[in-house]
Amino acid sequence: MDKIFSVNGPVVKVRNTKSFSMQEMVYVGKKRLIAEVIGVNADETTIQVYEGTTGLLPGEPVEGTGAPMSVTLAPGIITNIFDGIERPLLSLEKLSGAFIKDGANVELLDTEKKYDTTITVKAGDKISAGDVYATCPETPVVVHKCMLPPNASGGEVTWVASDGEHSITDDIIRVRDEYGRETTYNMIQKWPIRIPRPCKERLPISRPLITGQRVIDTISPIAKGGTAAIPGGFGTGKTMTQHQLAKWCDADIIIYIGCGERGNEMTQVLTEFSELIDPKSGRPLTDRTMLIANTSNMPVAAREASIYTGITVAEYYRDMGYHIAIMADSTSRWAEALREISGRLEEMPAEEGFPAYLPSRIADFYERAGYIKTLGGAEGSVTIIGAVSPQGSDFSEPVTQNTKRFVRCFLALDKSLAYARHYPAINWNTSYSEYVEDIAPYFSENVAEDFMEVRQRINSILSKENELMEIVKLMGSDVLPDDQKLLIETARVIRVGFLQQNAFHKDDTFVDLKKQYAMMKIILLLYDKCQQAAARGVAVSRLKETGWFERLIKMKYDIPNDKPEMFDSYSAELVSELDGLEV
Amino acid sequence: MSLKYIGLSEINGPLVVLDGVSGIGYDEMAQIRLSDGSRRLARVVEVDEKRAVLQVFEGTRGLSLENTETRFEGKPMELPLSPEMVGRIFNGAGRPIDGLGDIFPEKTADINGSPLNPVSRVYPQNYINTGISSIDALTTLIRGQKLPIFSGSGLSHNKLAVQIVRQAKIADESGKGFAVVFGAMGVKNDVADYFRRQFEETGVLSRVVMFLNLSNDPIIERILTPRCALTCAEYLAFEKNMHILCILTDMTSYAEAVREFSSSKGEIPGRKGYPGYLYSDLASIYERAGIVKGAEGSVTQIPILTMPNDDITHPVPDLTGYITEGQIVLDRTLEQEGVYPAVSILPSLSRLMKDGIGEGFTREDHQTCANQLFAAYARVQDAKALASVIGEEELSDSDKAFLNFGRLFEKHFLGQDFNENRTIEQTLDLGWALLSQLPREELDRVDDEHLEKFYDPSALERAGLA
Repeated sequence: MDKIFSVNGPVVKVRNTKSFSMQEMVYVGKKRLIAEVIGVNADETTIQVYEGTTGLLPGEPVEGTGAPMSVTLAPGIITNIFDGIERPLLSLEKLSGAFIKDGANVELLDTEKKYDTTITVKAGDKISAGDVYATCPETPVVVHKCMLPPNASGGEVTWVASDGEHSITDDIIRVRDEYGRETTYNMIQKWPIRIPRPCKERLPISRPLITGQRVIDTISPIAKGGTAAIPGGFGTGKTMTQHQLAKWCDADIIIYIGCGERGNEMTQVLTEFSELIDPKSGRPLTDRTMLIANTSNMPVAAREASIYTGITVAEYYRDMGYHIAIMADSTSRWAEALREISGRLEEMPAEEGFPAYLPSRIADFYERAGYIKTLGGAEGSVTIIGAVSPQGSDFSEPVTQNTKRFVRCFLALDKSLAYARHYPAINWNTSYSEYVEDIAPYFSENVAEDFMEVRQRINSILSKENELMEIVKLMGSDVLPDDQKLLIETARVIRVGFLQQNAFHKDDTFVDLKKQYAMMKIILLLYDKCQQAAARGVAVSRLKETGWFERLIKMKYDIPNDKPEMFDSYSAELVSELDGLEV
Repeated sequence: MSLKYIGLSEINGPLVVLDGVSGIGYDEMAQIRLSDGSRRLARVVEVDEKRAVLQVFEGTRGLSLENTETRFEGKPMELPLSPEMVGRIFNGAGRPIDGLGDIFPEKTADINGSPLNPVSRVYPQNYINTGISSIDALTTLIRGQKLPIFSGSGLSHNKLAVQIVRQAKIADESGKGFAVVFGAMGVKNDVADYFRRQFEETGVLSRVVMFLNLSNDPIIERILTPRCALTCAEYLAFEKNMHILCILTDMTSYAEAVREFSSSKGEIPGRKGYPGYLYSDLASIYERAGIVKGAEGSVTQIPILTMPNDDITHPVPDLTGYITEGQIVLDRTLEQEGVYPAVSILPSLSRLMKDGIGEGFTREDHQTCANQLFAAYARVQDAKALASVIGEEELSDSDKAFLNFGRLFEKHFLGQDFNENRTIEQTLDLGWALLSQLPREELDRVDDEHLEKFYDPSALERAGLA
């Protein structure tokens, strides 16, 4: 039996042993704390412990498991809430009360619960890795598909269980491979968290992830299978934006990773998501959500693992043919966990104390997103939306900069917008999305032929306003000529009436693409008609007196989501009033 | 079982090293006895098979390699707890210093606490009425929240904290009373004395537990102070069902103690020399606030920190802001203009506010009023900036209206007397009265229904403030 040599925070060392392999999961000490091997050399094995190490004695045993740090994949994941290493928090609560104690070894998934299982293969069928052999309703909106693990050899099915109630540990099928070896599968498979699950091929990105948030969908859209980063200092609304996306985006399954964040926030997600009804399915949002909560005061090593646990589960559901969105809040805390462990290992630090391998770890994580064809032949996607908490709100720090290199959609949150309570505080000038071209055909086909042109015009008004504001800041807006005054007024309507969105308003919290388009269209109509009127010699002040600017700012509340026809009457009224203005 | 070792093999700053020891656990406590009979507490910070590194709380002055006797206690540092602690004064390591003798402990608890399971938390929703307009209306304090005050040296954060303690009222009366746990880290003697005197004068001293680590006390003890205070707070809240307001001042001194300790251990420094784990370390303090299912009490934290050079991007306020649920930022310019409390509302925020206000909590129009006040005050800043370039005379009428609003707002809404306790109705009515000084069409965050009800340009005059 190998014994602990030294303890320093979450890092434990064992001397003179060759029994451990890299990234093997091990149990440390008499309390059997969960840990992972992170360094092996001739003299010394380094282990990071995922739980508190208080009271750990040198000389206590270290026991290998022979397997890498893995997640258990089976029905029972969705609706549940886990810590960073997939221990269900409800079971931990039952075991040790409100405060989490160390060394709590609990059953990862409920093995008692029976699922109404349908076996989709029969004896004699050929089956290969990634093929589905059984399905069961995991929640009212998610059908769980049990697949042959990607590393299984496949072969001929020799026996199947009968349809009906099964728990996840019941044997379901037996497969004989080409050498005649038989393997029995139940509903559980395990997968190492640091290794991406394989797929047949990667498909090009072509569909947007519709979020119902106007500034995202129209200005900087996120694509299904894409990656997005939301950087912002504290109080700029990262978490709020992540919550809005988790609530309203059109993914099939949401995996929300609270990585080193606040405990009360996770409680809020829990209570709020069980009360909110998903408009598409009519069921509570928890029915399509898995939560990972590793709050800031939980052990730092488990925080590092939580990101990988989340993405591995996401890939598993992707392999069933679902579209998954991962919200990682916040990846900076994960990077800091890397730094903290790196410091304990006395590694040579690179920028700001972060280890030199930070960029490659960030790249590894974001590369696991993608729109793919699964081994079983279905299409699925994993979209990663990572929040970044830059130190001192400075976007030039290493985590933000390295993240920027590996994501294609950048939603920069802006402090001055947040201070003025302009939410979502996404700065339209500094944010960008490289997916615009990939998904432009989708918008043209499904929303409106000229969607991209309309979007472009809105964008250019905003960027011109940005230039003009330099002058306005110096000399006031009175000195501008009429056409520029109109542009500034219109930009204000876009900013306040369109980009700003009220998450607490029942209609405004989610707005579909058709209404977003109609809103842009009518703002541009106002701009055109005002320009025409101004060209006829009508004064800008008179145009403002018509009240149309204010009316359009409030149209997000005044025109309910289910009454798009009101836009037509608005337009007609607007045209007749503005065209009727006499000099 | 307790083991005794004679002598040390190395002394380095607050750290001592013992060789040839065995059976020592990580984070375990030890007592070091000097040859003159005095005792010091120490904690194990690193162990391997034959060697233990200890940090000595009261400093290593007078220690030599031979004159000590170290006894390991076999368990992490624990704080004796009893309901009698209320009204008592302790030092930073939890020993009574008010001359009233030791407490008779009902139990002891590990001062490091354990992380609270998120599923066992209750989402905080009940607001605490502080009687201070800028806090109640714009950065509402919620029971179970951690809401720090970001201040600078010389600003009136202590006065504000005292006013909050004195006026804080809980909307409903569940739980068994209310108490204050006060943790002072590295504060000056007169500051500690100011708090004690103020508590005495307002008659709350009998409900206060004080943990004092003054600026000349050992820094290692400073690292324990907030942990002792919060262990006491958790005990009173979750086992004795009391509502606890925990004031921790000054978190910057605490973080500096952590830095000093880290550098003496020879750790790799991160930003501004603070160790890379400062975030986790601060989180292990701040996260110890909240409400637990099944207990009637709550822990609300108001940590106070001074921003070095008033820099909000300094690591301590920066990391704090990322952990706490909002922040109340004090501003030097306002303070110099004579505004008390000098709350700078734009960078201030209460994250839990949105679910703890409105109908059933405060008043139905609270959110609307707050939104519009924030938006309007943000416009005031633009107008001020413009006025400083082109002069106030040249401003457009609407910018002038905003400037005027800004002045009235700072004077009547932000500014209030140290003894003035406003109800939430008074605060919100005042907010509407001030907003009504602006042209009606400028109030773009308010819907017509609220405008109809609350827009009244003569209200300010009737209140005698115009």
